[in-house]
Amino acid sequence: MTKRIGEIPRQKMPEQSPEDRCKNFDEVPLGYTVELAQREASRCLQCKKPACRQGCPVEIDIPAFIRLIVEGDFVGSAQKLKETNNLPAVCGRVCPQEAQCEKFCILGKRFEPVAIGRLERFAADYERTHGEVNLPEIAVDTGKRVAVVGGGPSGLTLAADLAKMGHRATIFEGLHTPGGVLVYGIPEFRLPKAIVRAEVDFVRRLGVEIEANQVVGKTITVDELLETFDAVYIATGAGAPVFMNIEGENLNGIYSANEYLTRVNLMKAYRFPEMDTPVARSRKAVVIGGGNVAMDSARTARRLGAEVHLVYRRSRVEMPARDEEIHHAEEEGIEFQLLTNPIRYLGNEEGWVTGAECLRMELGQPDASGRRRPVPIEGSEFVIEVDTVIVAIGNQANPLVPASTPGLETNRWGNIVADEETGKTSRDGVFAGGDIVTGAATVIEAMGAAKRAARAIDRFLRGEGKKL
Amino acid sequence: MYPIVKKQRLAPEVLLLEVEASRIARKAEAGQFMILRVDDPGERIPLTLADWDRERGTITLIFQEVGVSTKKLGLLNEGEAISDCVGPLGHASEIGEYGTVVCIGGGVGIAPIYPVARAQRAAGNRVISIIGARNKNLLFWEDKLRAVSDEVLVTTDDGSYRRKGFVTDVLKQLVDGGEQVDIAYAIGPVVMMRAVSHLTMEYGIHTVVSLNPIMMDGTGMCGACRVTVDGETRFACVDGPEFDGHKVDFVGLMKRQQMYLGQEKEARERMGHCRAERDA
Ligand SMILES: Cc1cc2nc3c(=O)[nH]c(=O)nc-3n(C[C@H](O)[C@H](O)[C@H](O)COP(=O)(O)OP(=O)(O)OC[C@H]3O[C@@H](n4cnc5c(N)ncnc54)[C@H](O)[C@@H]3O)c2cc1C
Ligand SMILES: Cc1cc2nc3c(=O)[nH]c(=O)nc-3n(C[C@H](O)[C@H](O)[C@H](O)COP(=O)(O)OP(=O)(O)OC[C@H]3O[C@@H](n4cnc5c(N)ncnc54)[C@H](O)[C@@H]3O)c2cc1C
Ligand code: SF4
Ligand code: FES
Repeated sequence: MTKRIGEIPRQKMPEQSPEDRCKNFDEVPLGYTVELAQREASRCLQCKKPACRQGCPVEIDIPAFIRLIVEGDFVGSAQKLKETNNLPAVCGRVCPQEAQCEKFCILGKRFEPVAIGRLERFAADYERTHGEVNLPEIAVDTGKRVAVVGGGPSGLTLAADLAKMGHRATIFEGLHTPGGVLVYGIPEFRLPKAIVRAEVDFVRRLGVEIEANQVVGKTITVDELLETFDAVYIATGAGAPVFMNIEGENLNGIYSANEYLTRVNLMKAYRFPEMDTPVARSRKAVVIGGGNVAMDSARTARRLGAEVHLVYRRSRVEMPARDEEIHHAEEEGIEFQLLTNPIRYLGNEEGWVTGAECLRMELGQPDASGRRRPVPIEGSEFVIEVDTVIVAIGNQANPLVPASTPGLETNRWGNIVADEETGKTSRDGVFAGGDIVTGAATVIEAMGAAKRAARAIDRFLRGEGKKL
Repeated sequence: MYPIVKKQRLAPEVLLLEVEASRIARKAEAGQFMILRVDDPGERIPLTLADWDRERGTITLIFQEVGVSTKKLGLLNEGEAISDCVGPLGHASEIGEYGTVVCIGGGVGIAPIYPVARAQRAAGNRVISIIGARNKNLLFWEDKLRAVSDEVLVTTDDGSYRRKGFVTDVLKQLVDGGEQVDIAYAIGPVVMMRAVSHLTMEYGIHTVVSLNPIMMDGTGMCGACRVTVDGETRFACVDGPEFDGHKVDFVGLMKRQQMYLGQEKEARERMGHCRAERDA
């Protein structure tokens, strides 16, 4: 290669203008063209010891897949990705690359890092939209059966990996559709559901069976699964919403982010009445929180026609959301009310919320998390008039599975205790991974845990296990 | 898909469906419910398990055709299938040796009270069932309740059958007549459950009600089903659906049930419109 290092700037990805996109649910970024992708790919130095890989929780061979894009073998590039990542079209869109691979990219030291995420997305999309997706090699059938509880990214990844190793995996999913947060939480405009469906179909083609409408702990228990399966992997996510328990929180028009997003994404309430599930028709919505879930909620409410205020108790720098998401939200006209915290909600006769009474905050000493603690400013109460409130202050473990599985150890937050390297729990033959173990984290971490657990379950089934 | 093996009209706007759902049937207990989605555009709606047959692998649903989802469900025929059925959900009723148990079912609530009466009787309790409806045409399952109760008292608001009056009138007479009631179960419209709870509070009779807020997932994931009980927020789908009637904020529940009134009306009108067009 004769080009000078850093000569070509990082290629931008075209996206819908803020004016257009805040009126539709179509995806915001439009993806690289072949030219843009190859130009961006050509920036990669093909390092002998690629620093980027250490930032990838599933250890994708990053320079290899990028080189295949440079060479024009886009399908080959996608297949290279799929050697270690079953869901590249998803990860290319939702991974926080700035905190992972791109953070370590050597180019980032003096210039901007290679746009690894955008390239990943490009290769995966190219393969999906250009004919048949080839299946990887599948090992000889071992006859061993594994039950996977939960069909989110962690469960899907584990089932796919085990299928490739020759085991028979069956996913038990509580909702009517698999995909987890990918289908009910992350909005269509960030992750089109057709892509998730294609990825789920791919997992099915590997031989994985998916049984929807099965709430483990209710329809069937882990112990019952162990009667017919050789091992169980629990990947039920961090699905229970947290409320603030302040006055008026049960007024009509006040939602958890889970409910609001599920109505709109999974149940497609944005197409009501063509679809049967309704969602509030908001004029003015307030979203409480400063993470990705809050940004998704705010941008969703905006698309449903509301004027949206985002209320967050710390300042902009402490916001846990990705910069890109904060930026998108601002572009779409979301108004940020920082250093502000709701203390109660006011309602009318019919029980609808009419106002959010808030306090202004200032930052005090750093707390346990190292972030400066917000302290209320006395006498600073004021009321924001609203007809909708979306509470996006976090999610916690759902107790259904632990409560129905005697001997399954949980920690004080209700998360299942599992070995980080193997996913082993306190119960023999029972493994766990993803958000149910770590608390709310990321798609790729949930997948990484599944990959490690898949190796451990494979060893368990092939010899170390009691059933052999 | 969950095939319908039997369809029966019990009353105007009240239908019974028997549905193949062996996993739900195997686990079903009195007091539990299920959630269904009629078809792909469908909403997730909860219905109580009115009965089940573990051997045949079927569950029985009884519902009132009130809006788009229940009307669509009512349009399905034997041999056709429901897209999604999930359950059993919620806690089972606490069945114990209480002594005398009064089971009160109002309107379509007669259906869910049946398995409770049956289970309480099987546990050795003396069961008195009180069922009521607006008029004679809306009553059903009197015979089934007789088979699992020591006594069945029937009332209609308009007096078109048996006694005239509300279920609370019957309950009051019963207690005033010297009957020693150890626990009461009340399932039906919120106003009825509230009236029963007010009455039994006076008499100091522990009362269990089954709450029916708007639900979505039914597994504790969304909080749509928030109810206030004893001043605290509970999720009816996983913490209930049965709660101590003396501690429930019924007014709050009624308000929350009306959250989508406008949209529900619109959807019903649209559905009527579509059907009219199709029939024309
Ligand atoms: C709105 C939102 C936006 C997010 N955005 C991003 C992002 O941009 N990038 C990123 O990396 N991460 C993001 N995350 C976090 C990420 O989605 C999660 O970390 C990830 O999905 C965890 O995967 P999982 O498989 O462990 O759990 P989940 O995705 O939660 O899947 C769990 C599955 O188990 C099912 N289940 C639960 N209980 C039972 C039961 N008892 N029986 C059967 N099935 C059950 C659930 O229905 C679900 O399908 C976001 C999260 C949310 C809520
Ligand atoms: C635990 C539980 C058990 C129930 N059991 C029965 C039963 O056995 N038989 C029966 O006839 N009805 C039962 N219901 C009520 C039944 O779910 C509603 O009548 C039904 O959802 C109405 O939907 P719709 O589209 O036909 O009517 P809509 O016109 O949409 O609504 C009519 C009314 O029903 C309620 N409702 C609407 N959507 C929902 C929803 N997703 N979840 C709950 N309520 C809703 C609202 O209060 C609304 O005002 C039960 C409800 C709960 C929570
Ligand atoms: S560190 Fe950056 S330049 Fe080096 S291989 Fe990885 S992506 Fe390419
Ligand atoms: S219905 Fe969603 S938490 Fe109860």
